[in-house]
Amino acid sequence: MSLTPQGGNFPLTRHSVVLAAQSNDPAVRSRAIDAIAAAYWKPVYKYVRMKWNISTDDAADFTQEFFTRLLEKEFLDSYDSAKGRLRTFLRTCADHLFMKQMRDANRLKRGAGCAHLALDFEEAERELAAVTAAESPEDSFDKEWMRSLFALGLERLRAGCESEGKLIHFALFERYDLNDADPKPSYAQLASEFGLAATDVTNYLAFARREFRRCVLDQLRDMTATDEEFRREAQALLGVETR
Amino acid sequence: MKRLSDSVVARLQADMQVPDLTGTRYAVVRYLARGGMGSVWLAEDTILKRRVALKVLDLVAPAADLPARLLQEARILASLEHPGIVPVHDAGTLADGRAFYCMKYVEGQTLAQYIAERNLTDRLRLLERIAEPLDFAHARGIIHRDLKPENIMIGAFGEVLVMDWGLAKAGAPGLRSGENGSARGSILGTAGYMSPEQARGDAEVDHRTDIFSLGAILWFLLKGAPPTDQPAVTATVPRPLAAVCRKAMAADPSMRYQSAGALAADVAHYLNGAPVRAYRESLLERAARIYARHRTAVVLVAVYLLMRLLFILFAHR
Ligand SMILES: Nc1ncnc2c1ncn2[C@@H]1O[C@H](COP(=O)(O)OP(=O)(O)O)[C@@H](O)[C@H]1O
Repeated sequence: MSLTPQGGNFPLTRHSVVLAAQSNDPAVRSRAIDAIAAAYWKPVYKYVRMKWNISTDDAADFTQEFFTRLLEKEFLDSYDSAKGRLRTFLRTCADHLFMKQMRDANRLKRGAGCAHLALDFEEAERELAAVTAAESPEDSFDKEWMRSLFALGLERLRAGCESEGKLIHFALFERYDLNDADPKPSYAQLASEFGLAATDVTNYLAFARREFRRCVLDQLRDMTATDEEFRREAQALLGVETR
Repeated sequence: MKRLSDSVVARLQADMQVPDLTGTRYAVVRYLARGGMGSVWLAEDTILKRRVALKVLDLVAPAADLPARLLQEARILASLEHPGIVPVHDAGTLADGRAFYCMKYVEGQTLAQYIAERNLTDRLRLLERIAEPLDFAHARGIIHRDLKPENIMIGAFGEVLVMDWGLAKAGAPGLRSGENGSARGSILGTAGYMSPEQARGDAEVDHRTDIFSLGAILWFLLKGAPPTDQPAVTATVPRPLAAVCRKAMAADPSMRYQSAGALAADVAHYLNGAPVRAYRESLLERAARIYARHRTAVVLVAVYLLMRLLFILFAHR
């Protein structure tokens, strides 16, 4: 983790999971699919639950099957980043796979997909219960995508803070920025709670916020294949997209 | 993995956009508005203890050339020191990598808000004030190219400011910093206020594209809306002013007023009851205009003539 400002200069060698997922090396591919699944399994699961109203078990099977299919090389090989975003591609793939399974009804048998990913479908179900009726499956997919990006960015922040011995920065960030409580604790309260000077609270939080942004953008960069896709997805993430 | 609630996600998303002013002399006060190139923030200059406006690109700009374009805009503003153009104080890159520039905070209203509560004469008087900074820029080889009511602000002292020079094109050699950013003949600008040559994407667009937009703004001042097609004569718009709009918005740039000042002068003629160059009036209209302009004199002369007449009639009895 670093304090170096980032932004303008885009790294020349991208460690894009999208490219890795198209690799010929099965180990590389498998790791990349894990990363894609981490960001997209909830969007996919909730999407199929909402769109086709299938049972929780069927949706869980479908989700496992979906990411297993991604591991098979030809699936992601048909993705061309010049033609569209990964996000849209995956959602369309989910549609296609579902249609195919409907035609080929016996494929939808329970346990058809080999469950190799540890996914917490019960948690996803609890979250689904809170979704308002007005939300379309497509909107939910995009919203879950955003939530996953922030959650994965947060994981990166935690890991970074941990290895830098800055867990207190992370704890402050969690306590203040991720806190739903209203009213929020004041900086003075946090200072006494953490045994810090008030100015430290300000500085530590500023550090954590800066690093958090960087982590989220790094996460997004990994999940996109080209600079152009990254910029477009970032606009969506920031909520400033002009459609 | 930690579950983030909808409200936390929404807040994190909003926070991503807040400019990181670490290491600068500025502190965010609040968000002001969104523009085509990024967002505008009210900030405090902590050294001078005054409020300023910061125009900041998005955390990830949609195009790689935007930082250069924002800097170009700041330089154009800096080169145009005029009371009708917002002064720029500073430009640079923030800790989060975003390009920004700092300018005077204009505490005022947009043109639309301002004219809502003004009469026709007040509204028309604005045109001259919009034309002045334009002529000033044109004389320096700078074309605005995105003139529209949203880009005109009226400050607290009634000063008129032409804002948003983000699409401005610098013809002057001193300002052409390699890539112009918008000189690709691309179609930028806003429909309704954009000249036909600009809408076509002509490479050789000159200052008269701004004259067209100024004509559309005149129409907006009259009707509170942009002209949909050719400014037609309607009951609510005086014929001479409709003619001024038509001339300013002629499809052929050579048929337009050749400077913003000339357009404003014609509007001033109308306000002073003098004939408008763009309009050939009928005898009746001429009489009416002269009557309106010289009402007292006309009445005095008429009364004098009447008395003479009566005198003649009675003197011969
Ligand atoms: N100096 C300023 N003071 C106050 N508000 C401003 C200032 N500059 C811009 N704004 C506000 O921000 C909005 C967008 O600014 P603008 O320059 O038009 O951005 P863009 O070039 O990105 O379209 C304006 O409509 C105005 O409301």
